[in-house]
Amino acid sequence: MYSKEVMDHFRHPRNVGKMENPDGVGKVGDPQCGDEMIIYIKVENNIIKDVSFETYGCAAAISSSSMTTEMMKGKTIEEVLQITNKQVADNLGGLPANKIHCSVLAEDGIRAAIDDYRKKSK
Amino acid sequence: MNKIYFDNNATTRVDDEAIKIMNEYFSSEYGNSSSAHGMGIEALETIDKCREKIAAYINCEPSEIIFTGSGTESDNMALLGYCHLKKPDECHIIVSEIEHSAILNTAKELQKEGYGVSFAKVNREGIIDLDYLESIINEKTKIISIMYANNETGAIQPIKEISEITRKRNIVFHTDAVQYIGKGYIDVKKTEIEMLSASGHKFHAPKGVGFLYLKKGIHIKPLIFGGSHERKIRPGTVNVPYIVSMTKALDVAYRDKEKNTKYIAGLRDTLKTGILDSIDNIVINTPNNSVYNTLNISIPGIEGEAMLFSLSEMGIYISTGSACSSGDSKPSHVMTAMGRSDLEAHGSLRLSLSKYNSQDEIDYVIKSLKEIVDRIRKISPYK
Ligand SMILES: Cc1ncc(COP(=O)(O)O)c(C=O)c1O
Repeated sequence: MYSKEVMDHFRHPRNVGKMENPDGVGKVGDPQCGDEMIIYIKVENNIIKDVSFETYGCAAAISSSSMTTEMMKGKTIEEVLQITNKQVADNLGGLPANKIHCSVLAEDGIRAAIDDYRKKSK
Repeated sequence: MNKIYFDNNATTRVDDEAIKIMNEYFSSEYGNSSSAHGMGIEALETIDKCREKIAAYINCEPSEIIFTGSGTESDNMALLGYCHLKKPDECHIIVSEIEHSAILNTAKELQKEGYGVSFAKVNREGIIDLDYLESIINEKTKIISIMYANNETGAIQPIKEISEITRKRNIVFHTDAVQYIGKGYIDVKKTEIEMLSASGHKFHAPKGVGFLYLKKGIHIKPLIFGGSHERKIRPGTVNVPYIVSMTKALDVAYRDKEKNTKYIAGLRDTLKTGILDSIDNIVINTPNNSVYNTLNISIPGIEGEAMLFSLSEMGIYISTGSACSSGDSKPSHVMTAMGRSDLEAHGSLRLSLSKYNSQDEIDYVIKSLKEIVDRIRKISPYK
């Protein structure tokens, strides 16, 4: 049902945990629907220096979160805003149709974290 | 990889004796019970013997047993069949909030047709609130359907008390006994029940065979039309091998009941204790008065599908009330009806055992659960 990449990121998620003094935090999803994702970012000179996440959700939600954080690292703000849920899903070797919304969560998470960063750095 | 199957409320392995006898009816005693010749007569005698045996297990008349193709069919037959002989505006139905979808969705279908439908509530233990049940009965209430034991939690319902209520008010009582038959004793005379559904594959018979007990004098409209099989209530060539197999499985279940109850209940109790001792913050969803094979727990903060998937990878098969496992947006209606929070409902796991499980499996499952919970809790914002 799940691809090798999903299994790998689910079993060994990258960049897990709460961050001390992040520059931006994005919280998306709804535990009522069974998923919630928090993305923490540190930004230096417009570049994502560090990123981590905490996710409550199914295997697809956890692996999408992990993959998304990997994709964000070292990119500029403008670049990470270009990341789409489809790219996340593709990098995971695809997701089952009923789990696509889990990768949407990750895309929303990026936006929420950047919004928060922009608000704070104004 | 060894398979550790802890999902026996979903379906069960077919009993060896039930397979053996079934095979004889596939390859040598394969007559059609409607045929007039010797092989037909033999087949008819065979199913009548099965009918007698099954009737004896629930203390009804053999003629009150109608063989069906599943628990779902029995449930539909009972509710639709009964209500379709009544006018929608003259017939009010009560089902419980925790019914299987075979009842819930049938009741909702009747609601669309204009029948009045009310839903009986349960308490935090998942047991019917009798006062509330009485309060929603009205002068048009014709039938109440409440399950004997719940498939998710194993909670045994107050069937005797409900039957006293229906008796007093002259209401027909249907019970979905799919999760109870073979595990507990049923007496439809002592506890006055008018209709009862059962399904073979929950008690080590094949999938796709069940029966409905329909008390003499209660009339229902058939769901399908055809020949004169099963008193014209359920036409279609009778599935002799499956019926024989289901009867054998029930024979075995009641023959070995004391031994198996003790064994399986023992396994479940060590499983429960082991989980509670090794993992923090567990919510138990199975009440004390439950079928002995079922343990439902919630691990708040861990989404059930993530848990199910991780266990499945280790060869451990269970089920969850989380929405994400079924592609639904809402978690288990049973957990919600019991007042469980969203995190508790999405984090609910059902482990349901059978005589084929062992103590070694229990130990391995406890250890694996702990490992996975520790790992996933590190990822979750809810610890
Ligand atoms: C309580 C209950 N009722 C009805 C059913 C449906 O039975 P079947 O699978 O035979 O249609 C099930 C199991 O799926 C059940 O657990």
